[in-house]
Amino acid sequence: MKTMSSGEAKKLLKTMMEIRQFEDAIMDLLGKNIAEGGSHLYAGMEAVATGVMSALAPTDLITSTHRGHGHAVAKDGDLKALMAEILGKKTGVCKGKGGSLHLADLDKGNLGANGIVAGGIGIATGAALALKKINDGRIVVCFFGDGAINSGILHECMNMASLWKLPIIYLCENNMYGMSVSVSRATCVDCIEKRALAYDMPAETIDGMDLLAVATSLSSWVEKVRKGEGPCFLVCDTYRYYGHSRSDPRAYRTKEEEKAWKERDPITLFSRHCVEKKVLREEEVNEIEKEVAKEIQEAVEYAIASPYPEPEELYTDLYA
Amino acid sequence: MREITYRQALNEALDEELARDSGVFLLGEDIAIYGGAYGVTVGLWEKYGDERVMDAPISEPAITGVGLGASLLGLKPVVEIMYIDFIGLCMEQLNNQVAKIRYMFGGKCTVPFTLRTEGGAGRTLGAHHSQSLESWLMHVPGLKVVMPATPYDAKGLLKSSIRENNPIVFIEHKMLYNTKGPVPEGEYTVPLEKAEVKRTGKDVTILSYSRMLLFSLEAANALAKEGIDAEVIDLKTLAPLDRETISASVRKTNRVVIVEEDCKTGGAGAEIGMVVMEDSFDYLDAPPHRIAGADVPMPKSPVLEKLAIPSVETIIAGVKEVVV
Repeated sequence: MKTMSSGEAKKLLKTMMEIRQFEDAIMDLLGKNIAEGGSHLYAGMEAVATGVMSALAPTDLITSTHRGHGHAVAKDGDLKALMAEILGKKTGVCKGKGGSLHLADLDKGNLGANGIVAGGIGIATGAALALKKINDGRIVVCFFGDGAINSGILHECMNMASLWKLPIIYLCENNMYGMSVSVSRATCVDCIEKRALAYDMPAETIDGMDLLAVATSLSSWVEKVRKGEGPCFLVCDTYRYYGHSRSDPRAYRTKEEEKAWKERDPITLFSRHCVEKKVLREEEVNEIEKEVAKEIQEAVEYAIASPYPEPEELYTDLYA
Repeated sequence: MREITYRQALNEALDEELARDSGVFLLGEDIAIYGGAYGVTVGLWEKYGDERVMDAPISEPAITGVGLGASLLGLKPVVEIMYIDFIGLCMEQLNNQVAKIRYMFGGKCTVPFTLRTEGGAGRTLGAHHSQSLESWLMHVPGLKVVMPATPYDAKGLLKSSIRENNPIVFIEHKMLYNTKGPVPEGEYTVPLEKAEVKRTGKDVTILSYSRMLLFSLEAANALAKEGIDAEVIDLKTLAPLDRETISASVRKTNRVVIVEEDCKTGGAGAEIGMVVMEDSFDYLDAPPHRIAGADVPMPKSPVLEKLAIPSVETIIAGVKEVVV
């Protein structure tokens, strides 16, 4: 991204702050037992979803992961409907039947999160095959974590996508751990990007804490994929601030490591950049933060006040 | 009426649906140049090309998932899994994704997805190419499981399946591909979720499907000569079951025999039998009786293979046990 207007910068910063505060709010609701069930939070990884989505057209498609709230928010999701879904409410984006692990927002091009690691990669690849047939210029971004890179279906799909030159970006969010197991303890290659070699696919590793790096890189890859040059494999190095889920004591990583990553917090980095480059003023940054806090508060209140689905909803939506 | 084989009937269904709807496409292993392991897709690649009749790498999970993704965008994929024995590879995608996605997303998508596969014993192919795994699929809410027995139904049910906005697992039988039967020239479909009384009778109801339906009809004809008048029902769709047709027959004959090729334990017959108990217990003069496959991996030896599945003789003997 060469020159950025103040409006663009505000929008990007706001999206990252929405994701962060959305996740912090859920952590709070989990602690108060208002949110039940598991939740895999995206805090720390905001630059990836925000940067990727900034390079996409609204009509482009994504598939998401079990850590998918950030993708849903960044893909223009309605905060109220997303929050209500996570609480299993009737007003949720999936009518309360999906929840955190199955957040989908088809109207916004989000083909859904997934409770199965690597479970959405086939869907993304099939959507890309359909887009190639439909040929309307749309593309797909398939998100998955470092935990998915040793799953068979990823390899099967990358082979097909490369063979058939499908309009798809395989985007690995490498947050360094698949639940508790670090990449180095689970994966034989020292650099995930190498996996693309086997499928004759161009690849790049990107600093996933740097919004501008993600946005700039993605813009150029999206253009290539949209032109029909075939798929690519991108790895965004990033970090999740919370544990895998609420019950995770994070014994597998050190406080020092967490501190080092948080020193490169994506929201702080981007805010500082915007202020230094005089794209935004400090007060404007603070205003956005306050505005987002209000939105999130409203989303939480809306979700809590929303009714649960009616009992008769149990058997609806199974078949068309 | 002209007679064609079950294989030709399936081929015609695919051909007609490919011609009728540009969203229909086929994806599977060896289905294009080779024409399918059992020849069902012969000639279609030549007619419709690589775009519509796609050879896939040997990647069953991806074939299933890719079909799903394409269906979410409104295309109508017909994916082929060469043997149902390979369905274990697809089960993550079928069970967790294909079957559940519409429900999980609050009904905001439709899944016009058809998975064709074939199963059953009879060619002495052993334990990895002879199984009947329909009960696994019946257990998954969101899927519809279709198993045609005749060329007429093979064509009509496949056309209905492709036009359906729900995921279908369409299970053919390897020993039926060469069987012949009447199939009209013109356009027709056969409704899903509807069983059919293939032979009327008053003494006992035989519930069956796929190849075992043919065995059951043969057994019924033999039993007629001994004075036992069996009603034979072709279930056609195993999930959801046509409970009304089953009940109407059972309440008339008061006795029921289920003939299935799959392993008995946890098999399709367990569910069908329990449905009979739930719906018609007060009408029964005898407990529902199952004639099913043996609870063993399918053995290679032709002698053992025959023993591992029902035969006309074991069906006759089983019916006699119930009609005393």
